[in-house]
Amino acid sequence: MSLAAPLSPLDARPPVLTLSGVDKVFNGDVVALRDLNLQINQGDFMSLLGPSGCGKSTALRIIADLLHPTRGTVSWAGAHDTGDLGVVFQEPTLMPWATVAQNVYLPYRLRGKAYSAVKDEVLEALKLVGLDKFQNAYPRELSGGMKMRVSIARAMVTRPRLILMDEPFAALDEITRFKLNNDLLALKEKIGCTVIFVTHSVFESVFLSDRIVVMAARPGRVLREVQVDAPYPRTEEFRTSAEYAAHCRAASDALHEAIGVAA
Amino acid sequence: MSIADPTLLTDAPDADELARLRARRLEKIGKWSLPVIVMALGIFFWDRIVVWNEIPHYILPGPGRVLDTLIADWGILYEASLLTARTTILALLLAVLGGAGLAILFNQSKMVEMSFYPYAVILQVTPVVSIAPLIFIYVDSKTAGMLLCAWIVAFFPVLSSTTLGLNSVDHNLRDLFRIYKANRWQKLTMLQLPSALPYFLGGLKIAGGLSLIGAVVAELVAGTGGVGAGLAARIQEAGYRLNIARMFAALSLIAAMGVFIFAALSILSHALLHKWHESALTREG
Repeated sequence: MSLAAPLSPLDARPPVLTLSGVDKVFNGDVVALRDLNLQINQGDFMSLLGPSGCGKSTALRIIADLLHPTRGTVSWAGAHDTGDLGVVFQEPTLMPWATVAQNVYLPYRLRGKAYSAVKDEVLEALKLVGLDKFQNAYPRELSGGMKMRVSIARAMVTRPRLILMDEPFAALDEITRFKLNNDLLALKEKIGCTVIFVTHSVFESVFLSDRIVVMAARPGRVLREVQVDAPYPRTEEFRTSAEYAAHCRAASDALHEAIGVAA
Repeated sequence: MSIADPTLLTDAPDADELARLRARRLEKIGKWSLPVIVMALGIFFWDRIVVWNEIPHYILPGPGRVLDTLIADWGILYEASLLTARTTILALLLAVLGGAGLAILFNQSKMVEMSFYPYAVILQVTPVVSIAPLIFIYVDSKTAGMLLCAWIVAFFPVLSSTTLGLNSVDHNLRDLFRIYKANRWQKLTMLQLPSALPYFLGGLKIAGGLSLIGAVVAELVAGTGGVGAGLAARIQEAGYRLNIARMFAALSLIAAMGVFIFAALSILSHALLHKWHESALTREG
């Protein structure tokens, strides 16, 4: 599966997941999310951008079914099972006692699939992140960037309908982060996944996504959506283009507004 | 100084590097040789003190006499060693089963943990020497009584360290398993048990030493004399007869047994962890 056809207009893509009127209140008085409405469509690369405490991670946890909304609904289009979701956390979150291949195999293993039955998929996923030669290595033998690649391979090995990424590159150095940004986009082109990406970084969100949802804090809510209509594939040239700078300004203004509103 | 000078262009180790290599080599040799030298000196002065002061052997036998006794009494001591070793190893095995089993049970049910954990602590903090006489009143079989004594001392470190390990799962991995809707069994076997392994092995090393202590205490309290007595009972018995050399010989066997258990458990721990765990990692520099 690939997105060989030019990007369809955002509103023409079929929906994957819809959040409507989602509120999340902790301890009866801390409003983490207020009236969150989001529709994620197939093929979207959506960034959630906002200051600390704006509920980005809470929203992600609700989508992942780790938290239940206080009010409102989360609904998947069509039949939904556990294989629909892949997750990448801020830390690589690998099992240190298992090899790279065993780590990537985990989502299948938890669904009762034998390794021999899905070996090809596991190796294919490792190849896509450029680590097929490291299948028998243990996580501690890998660099931070390589561990994150394993984590990405694990999230996409089952080809889920939606991949959630919670500031996955925040802890990496800038060179590695840029490289992984490029590779993530290349990967998305190849397998055509749908991504929700939480980030603090305006630059990262503009480079990666076609939709940036800017959120404000106290209470956490959506302030505005910024569309980045630059076509994929985006390469290093895009990073230095005037178009990129303009989008960054727009996203940055929205973020400042979000911070200003919160203050 | 000219750049064309070829000696300046080689990557020969510099002074720092040489000093570091030398220090490391010395450390490697010293790690083994120093304890051996200390032991040799200790034995030498022990011998000299006995000879110079003409201390009678029923007060302090020299090392030569202890060695002679070890050889002469080997038949008795070997049999006693087997008995003590059997109690110790069985107690350790039961401590592993009981300690790890209870830890898993406590981990699966908060109610069970809240109900019984305090009593595990009470059992642990009550000195075994004070419980042992009661045990031998109620338990007919001496073997079973001794096992029970040794088990009471040894199981707690396994229980507490395994409990800690089972609760020390990386919270993101825990979330990941929840997202993938892993069931209880999968979570236990694929996530919690491997996470707990390093903790368990730490507890096991302590339990190894404690089960030997428990076995020795049990023998002393049980007071099994004559045929079928363990090393500790032999020490006690030899003490009554002022056979001090045999006391030392039996003591050295108990110490050797303790060292052996510790070494065996260290090797086991290394074998299980060296591929992935940080504790088995040696860093350069």
